[in-house]
Amino acid sequence: MKDESRRGFIGKAFGAVAAVGGVASLLAMKKTWDPLPSVMSAGFTTVDVSALEANKLDIVVWRGKPIFILKYTDDMKPTDGRSVKVGDHYYSVMIGLCTHLGCIPAYRADQKDFKCACHGGEFTSAGINKFGPPPRPLDLPPFKIDGTTLVLGEEGPEYKAMMAKAGGA
Amino acid sequence: MAEFKPAGSMYEWFDQRLGIDKFLKVMMTEYWIPKNINFLWAMGVLLTVMFTILLISGIFLLMYYKPDMNMAFDSVNYTIMQEVGYGWLFRHIHAVGASVVFLIIYIHMFTGIYYGSYKKGRELIWISGMLLFVLFSAEGFSGYMLPWGQMSYWAAYVITEIFGGIPVIGGDLVVWIRGNFYVSDSTLTRFFMLHVLLIPLAILGAIVVHFYALRFPHVNNEEGEFFDFDKEADKYLAGDKKGSKVVPFWPVFLSKDFFVLGFFLLFFFYLVFFHYDFAMDPVNFDKADNLKTPAHIYPEWYFLWSYEVLRGFFFDIAGISGKSLGLMAFAFANAIFLVLPWLDRSPMVKPANQRPYFKYWFWFLMVDLMVLTVYGKLPPTGANAWVGFASSITFLTLFIALPFITKAEAKKVGGK
Repeated sequence: MKDESRRGFIGKAFGAVAAVGGVASLLAMKKTWDPLPSVMSAGFTTVDVSALEANKLDIVVWRGKPIFILKYTDDMKPTDGRSVKVGDHYYSVMIGLCTHLGCIPAYRADQKDFKCACHGGEFTSAGINKFGPPPRPLDLPPFKIDGTTLVLGEEGPEYKAMMAKAGGA
Repeated sequence: MAEFKPAGSMYEWFDQRLGIDKFLKVMMTEYWIPKNINFLWAMGVLLTVMFTILLISGIFLLMYYKPDMNMAFDSVNYTIMQEVGYGWLFRHIHAVGASVVFLIIYIHMFTGIYYGSYKKGRELIWISGMLLFVLFSAEGFSGYMLPWGQMSYWAAYVITEIFGGIPVIGGDLVVWIRGNFYVSDSTLTRFFMLHVLLIPLAILGAIVVHFYALRFPHVNNEEGEFFDFDKEADKYLAGDKKGSKVVPFWPVFLSKDFFVLGFFLLFFFYLVFFHYDFAMDPVNFDKADNLKTPAHIYPEWYFLWSYEVLRGFFFDIAGISGKSLGLMAFAFANAIFLVLPWLDRSPMVKPANQRPYFKYWFWFLMVDLMVLTVYGKLPPTGANAWVGFASSITFLTLFIALPFITKAEAKKVGGK
């Protein structure tokens, strides 16, 4: 009887130690699969937009996706809920993948719009679909304005306001 | 210490230490298989052989393959295909083998369903078999990523994206699985590890469980007859081989299996040498480009039916988005086969053609799976989308209706 309870105690103690060890190793394994710190920091792309040339499309890569940054000329009207004001100028900041099947549309500077070569979809300079199969405007990446620089990957107040507008519409 | 007599021969020496005689009896010469079976009972051995072929060809590919996003594509398409002696052969064996293994898995699975070999004591054979199906699917998916072509990349993208549909944790989970915000080098190396080590190990373990699960309920037969295996085995051992309902696994059963295997391997190597192109998608001979999506992304033929269930729901119903409905249907389709032994409420273990209601269910399912497979490959536009929707709904309905159909059948046949 005494032996039994001692063996039972040893069994329970071993079980407790093994459980702690098991949970700890699961945590370590989960951590090993996490994106590396270098990957996480590369998830934020910083662009100084003040030096960009107006009516010329700039493409930066953020999290493996092409991001369109277009500086407006003075005669281009900003579109409510889509155009971003940084400093004195307006910009379009959008994920450059056609919302139809993910091709990358090209910018036509003379007509100030985007044309997708794959299936003929067209978007305005603010990324609103105006012709062809695309079901919705170009998606917007989360961004934050910091002086004249744009931080892609962080949600700033301007981005949140645009999202609230898009959600309410 | 056990008492050892001096061995009279090399065989005896080993037998004393390893019990070879006893082992061979238990595993081979006195492992009893019913006599009343047909060529469909050879699929298990075919699959074992196919797994071995995949393992061996994989080992040879592994010597030259480089799991790095900048080197993977060339290591396959240049080094292995053009420089390594017979490298093309190992690649074609591996790619065609991956496809053919699923063909045999499906035949094996539907043979089990047709003959009712998943109930009355055979539930664990069925469940371990379905576990193997899941593991082989994961193995096929992870392997498809490795050549790092356009279809590799975008299939990986689309499939990992599926986990994004899980509520709350979805977005973070996708990033965690990929090891990056998009499919990248970290994704390639971790799926490489899964493909060459972890999943094959799990498959080996599951095969052992699957075989072991057969030992007590025994292999089913063409008529679904239950009989006393010990009695029939005694009859066989006493010399009444004709009157006994069983034969030993070796040499009798396996010699017939080898005959079927011979035909199968002729077919397999015919594909490897003359029709390997069906397993080599032309899109995958373009290197992966994360900035360029192919116009149509589709999986290999063996995943088409569940892919079609995933995208069959292309509009919202009752406020639930089409995407979520598709995901739920996809999860249902992949999990439902697992519980088949409990969905079939009829106690009958008979081939489907002898079951009054089940036979219709079975052939309906076959036709529906074929429709899903065909439409899974076609672009989901216009009428195609509606056929996809109807056949997805049919699939779900068939499984929801199965308990009722089989319950009615049980009533009709009076619990036989």
